[in-house]
This record gives sequence, structure tokens and C-alpha cells, in this order.
Amino acid sequence: MLEIINLHASIDDQPILRGIDLAVNAGEVHAVMGPNGSGKSTLAQVLAGRDSYTVTAGEVRYCGRNLLELSPEERAREGIFLAFQYPVEIPGVANIYLLKAAINARRKHRGEAELDAMDFLALVKDKLKFMGMDEALLYRHVNQGFSGGEKKRNEILQMALLEPRLAILDETDSGLDIDALKVVAAGVEAMRSPARAIILVTHYQRLLDYVVPDRVHVLSQGRIVRSGGPELALELERRGYGWIDAGEAERVGAAP
Amino acid sequence: MASEALRLEELIDRGYQQGFYTALETDTVARGLDEDVVRLISAKKNEPEFMREWRLKAYRHWLTLAEPRWSSIVHPPIDYQAISYYSAPKSRKDGPQSLADVDPALLRTYEKLGVPLAERELLAGVAVDAVFDSVSVATTFKDKLAELGIIFCSFSEAVQEHPALVRQYLGSVVPYTDNYFATLNSAVFSDGSFCYIPPGVRCPMELSTYFRINAINTGQFERTLIIADKGAYVSYLEGCTAPMRDENQLHAAVVELIALEDAQIKYATVQNWYPGDKEGRGGIYNFVTKRGDCRGANSRISWTQVETGSAITWKYPSVILQGDNSVGEFRSVALTNNYQQADTGTKMIHLGRNTKSTIISKGIAAGHGRNAYRGLVKVAKNAANARNYTQCDSLLMGDRCAAHTFPYIEVKNATARVEHEASTSRIGEDQLFYCQSRGIGPEDAVSMIVNGFCKEVFKELPMEFAVEAQKLLGVSLEGSIG
Repeated sequence: MLEIINLHASIDDQPILRGIDLAVNAGEVHAVMGPNGSGKSTLAQVLAGRDSYTVTAGEVRYCGRNLLELSPEERAREGIFLAFQYPVEIPGVANIYLLKAAINARRKHRGEAELDAMDFLALVKDKLKFMGMDEALLYRHVNQGFSGGEKKRNEILQMALLEPRLAILDETDSGLDIDALKVVAAGVEAMRSPARAIILVTHYQRLLDYVVPDRVHVLSQGRIVRSGGPELALELERRGYGWIDAGEAERVGAAP
Repeated sequence: MASEALRLEELIDRGYQQGFYTALETDTVARGLDEDVVRLISAKKNEPEFMREWRLKAYRHWLTLAEPRWSSIVHPPIDYQAISYYSAPKSRKDGPQSLADVDPALLRTYEKLGVPLAERELLAGVAVDAVFDSVSVATTFKDKLAELGIIFCSFSEAVQEHPALVRQYLGSVVPYTDNYFATLNSAVFSDGSFCYIPPGVRCPMELSTYFRINAINTGQFERTLIIADKGAYVSYLEGCTAPMRDENQLHAAVVELIALEDAQIKYATVQNWYPGDKEGRGGIYNFVTKRGDCRGANSRISWTQVETGSAITWKYPSVILQGDNSVGEFRSVALTNNYQQADTGTKMIHLGRNTKSTIISKGIAAGHGRNAYRGLVKVAKNAANARNYTQCDSLLMGDRCAAHTFPYIEVKNATARVEHEASTSRIGEDQLFYCQSRGIGPEDAVSMIVNGFCKEVFKELPMEFAVEAQKLLGVSLEGSIG
């Protein structure tokens, strides 16, 4: 489904990604791990189409197409979803309004009729219940005044509604207490399907206790330096990132 | 970041969509201003002596004044002798008695603007006093309103038909000596709207005026006077557009509102005059004096404005809270794009006891736009228990625009409670990207974000106007995305 070949990207002429190679098939869950500054979030944002990053070399194929040619909204409509590490606040815009606009943009793109208010509400309430979220969150302004946990759940709610083909979760587990982590993990696990690929970008192993990945990749200084099965994450947890890239990457224990 | 700035620029670059010009035969007075011109205007309108004398007093006073310089706006000097002070569509000479008598070209203009002049009005529930270059063309719903004793007509007609009311209230809120532009207006105003709601009457429909500046080099000097007698209620809408021109046009209007005991007046404006082109050429200079007087106890006046047009906007719709327990409100969305400048705000003058005022100002600056909020909250010595809440928010788009807030607070009574909150934010790449990553295109995203920012003001507008206001913001900000 996704094939990344020798991807280089920089911001303000500062190279961040220095040759990423990664292939993700439908039905697979991949974890991308690595110390702070290794390029994990950059990779997630480049895939979603953030234009503050410049792709300087390499290519990305998504479902047989050149992904880098598409605008962020086209990527979203084609089934890519990015759960933000820091979900953005939009004052004055009701959460439900954003959700509806997002769903209908996608449906329109696929040539489907837009959902009317009733159908939409029924769908949202169903997902909301699954995520253990209060209905009141629908009518509050997008992410404004949400707690850290509410913001992350809201991202997973959006993912559940948009049913992406490729979901990229950027440190969705960070800042969550254990209960919230379980809810979020259950939300992700429920999304697992033979038709869908999921990339979990994470600093810690603990999310992977609940969502067991098929493959684990370790990023350091903009390159994938090691790939393996779920056991790689456990080994990382035990030995720290210093084991991967002694001296240059900070230790897991020192990370915030 | 550079590409974001570029993208925003494209977004906000869409041209003015109402720049058409109607070819009409007009009756225009030669350029320039002196006492003879003032007398000529008065004579053309067949005014009684008190009006002529009032105009002349204003003109003579104007000669002693200089243009105000205290605001933040900058513009080349205005040559007041290069302006023609009177322009009316010629067909007016015979006086159109019905829509059938109105020049079809003019009707088409209204159609393009979406002003429902004909039957559609009935459905829309809007009575329109359409002002086309200075002279009221057609006033609808007059008969229906007359049954309730409501007077809603052009200012000229009011001078003829209801001179006592005009004489009693004209200049009683904005005296002819008030300020440079109001004084000029007093001398040369050509027409406008007049509205009187008798005691205890609740006006059953939204009253509306649609202003439009058409002829070249004509200043538009409107005068609006609205009186809500004891216990009366009226909601009034004013919409404005002007065709595209290279030169600047002057607009100096005056609006006076008077609310007697227990009366309420809501006044909403959607102003979409030609803002000038991308380089800042052309556009309307909009110097407007709007003031309401809560003259009776328990009265209430609300101003709601959405200002998206004009090269320069200089206006401070204000409320004098004379009556005890009276309430004044000001809600504003002002958008400046390209080289537009806005210096706008309000004055809340608390004189009575237990008076309350609320100010919500939303400034949006894009391109090289400059946006200033300037507001005065004044609590007089005898105004016990006065309360004011002020909130000023600014939204910046791109990195070449500017927003300023100038709050002035004068409190002479220790029981007053005055609160002021202000914020400045930027439509960030973050918000835009967040929406885009959910499949929402950048134009829709900007429109969504901006409308969210303005929500508190839009919800005060009557439904049809709120929709129009949202569209206008969209039109003013969106551009073709490459």
C-alpha cells in the first residue's frame, strides 16, 4: 500500500530525513520508534503533506500513485489520516462541524452523497460511545479547552469516523494516563483490518503492549537503523536507544 | 512558512465580485462646494426653510474645521472641491410611482446585488428602502407599516411629510457641529432613511436599506434617523456595495438613533463597498458617524456591524446611555485585506444609573491590511453601578498585516465595573494543515476558521444577514487555489 524509497526531507535547509526506506502492506501495523529528534514526527507530517517540509530526494508511492504530488486534502480524501501529536485548537468552530465537513469532503470525493444531519449524528454517537467520550465534546469548539486525553481521543474518534486506508498516529500515546491509553489502544485495535494499514509513531514501548505491531522500525538521525518484529520494541525498552546509536541519541530514561 | 504565506495570499486574492457599473442618465451638480451648492441641494429637494438654514449653519461651521488626524489611517489629501455633492438618477424627476416606473437597468443592478425589490421581498419579509446614489428609488411595504403607524420612508419624504418629527429629532444625537465629516454631511446630505415607530409598537419585520454608490466622483452623504418611541421595538438592516473604480470615493454618512423609555433598537450593517484593488488603488473612503441615544429609562440600543469593504473605514457606532437601566451593545467584525485600513470601534457613554454596555470587536487583517479597534468607555460622575464588558480579538493572516487596539477608559464613579479583554491570534499553518489533513480544502478551511472567530457577532445578525455576512467574508478572503 505504501512504499517509501530513499526519502530525504528538510526544513529551513536543515536535513531531517536522510534516506528512509519503508514498505507497509494492507493489513499491517507498523511501529516507528526512535529518540527525540530522530525524524519520527517529520516522517508522519511529510506523509500527510505538510508543506513546511521540503522533500529533497526520494519518492513515496501510495496505492500505486505518487503521493508527493497530492495536496494534503487530496491525500486525506484518498484515505490517509494523520492523528496529530498536538491536535490544533480552532476557536468558534464546533467539533461536530469539523467532523461533518471532513466526512462529507471525503464522501464527495468518492462520488457518494453527503450524509444528512440525522445519519451523521447516529454515526458519530455510535463511535463516541465506543471511545468513552461525552456527547458534549461534539458541541465544544475544536480541541479548545480539551484535556490532553480528550484531545487524543478526539483524534481517534476522527480516525474511526473517516475510516482511513492508511492511518498514521503521531505519538498518540504521549501524555496519556493508563486508562486513557487503554481506551486509545482499543480504538486503534478496533481499526485493524485486512484492508487497512496503520503506522504508530511512538517514543515508548507501552502502547505496543496493547496494540501489538507486525513490524517495528527504529529511526535514528533520519534513517531506519533497525527493523524487526514486536520483540525489537521490548529489547529497545530494556536497553534504551543508546543501544541503537550510542553516544548520539539520548537515552529513553532522559526523555520528557 | 514562505509557501504558507504565498498560499494565504492566493486565498485572499479573489477579486471584488460586485464591481459592475450601471449606465444611467443622472442629474449631477457640478463639482465643488460653496453656499450656493448647499442652497441648490436644498432647493432641488424643495426643503422648508428650517432645513436650509440648518444646512447652511453646518456648512459655515464646517469651514472652521480641519480634517481629524487622530486616527491610525493614512490617505492622500481629499480635494473637497473635486467632488460633486449631488447625483440622482434622472428618472427621479418624474418620481417613480411603482416598480414599473423604475429604470430597468437599475432594477437589474439590484438583482445582481441580490436585493429583493419585487415580490421576493414578501417571502423574505424584508422592507427595503433602496438608496441608489442619494435618492430613494422605491420604498416598499410602506402601506403595511403605515397601518401600524410606523413611518418608514426616504429622508426627503420625511422632510416633506413629517417636518415636525424631523425638526424635533434631527441633529439631536449627532449635532451639526459634531465632527468634520458629520458637519459636512449635515450641510450636503442628499437623502437617506427615516423611521419612526410609535409608542408600544413592535415593528413586525426587519427594515432594511441597501446603499449603493454608482456615479463617478460623487460623494455619498446619507442621513438616517430612527426613532423608537416609548416601548417600541425595531430591527434595522443596512447593506452597502459600490462598483469598482480607480479613483477614491468619499462616503460620509450620519446615522442617529433615538430610543425613548422601554424602547429597543437593533441596527445591523453589512458593509461591502469597493475596497480598492490589490495595489490599494481606488476604493471607498468611508467616514461615518453613527450614534444612538438611549434617551429613556430601560431602553436598549444594539449595533452589529460586519465591515468587509471600503479602502478606509472610520466609524465608531456609539451609544449614549442616558436613561437609567439602559443597555448599549456593540458587536463588530472588521476585515481588512490588501491595502485596506480600518479604524473602528465604539463609544459607550454611561450617564444614567445601572447602565450596562457590552463591546465585542473582532478584527481580521490580511495582506497589507491595517486594522485598529478604538473604543471609549466613559462613566460619568452620577452613573452609579455602571457596568461594561469589552472584548477585542484580532486575527492576523500572513505576516504583513497589522492589528492594533486602543481602549480608552474614563471612570468618574467608584461603583463602576469595567472589564476589558483582548487577544491577538494568527491563522496558523497549524490550523490550516489540521483542516486539510481532514480532507477540507484550504478555502473552506480558512472560511471555517474565520467564521468560527466571528461567531459571537454573526449570531446576533438576523438569519439572512448572517448568511450573507459569512459569504462576504468568504468572498473577501478566498482566492483561487492553484
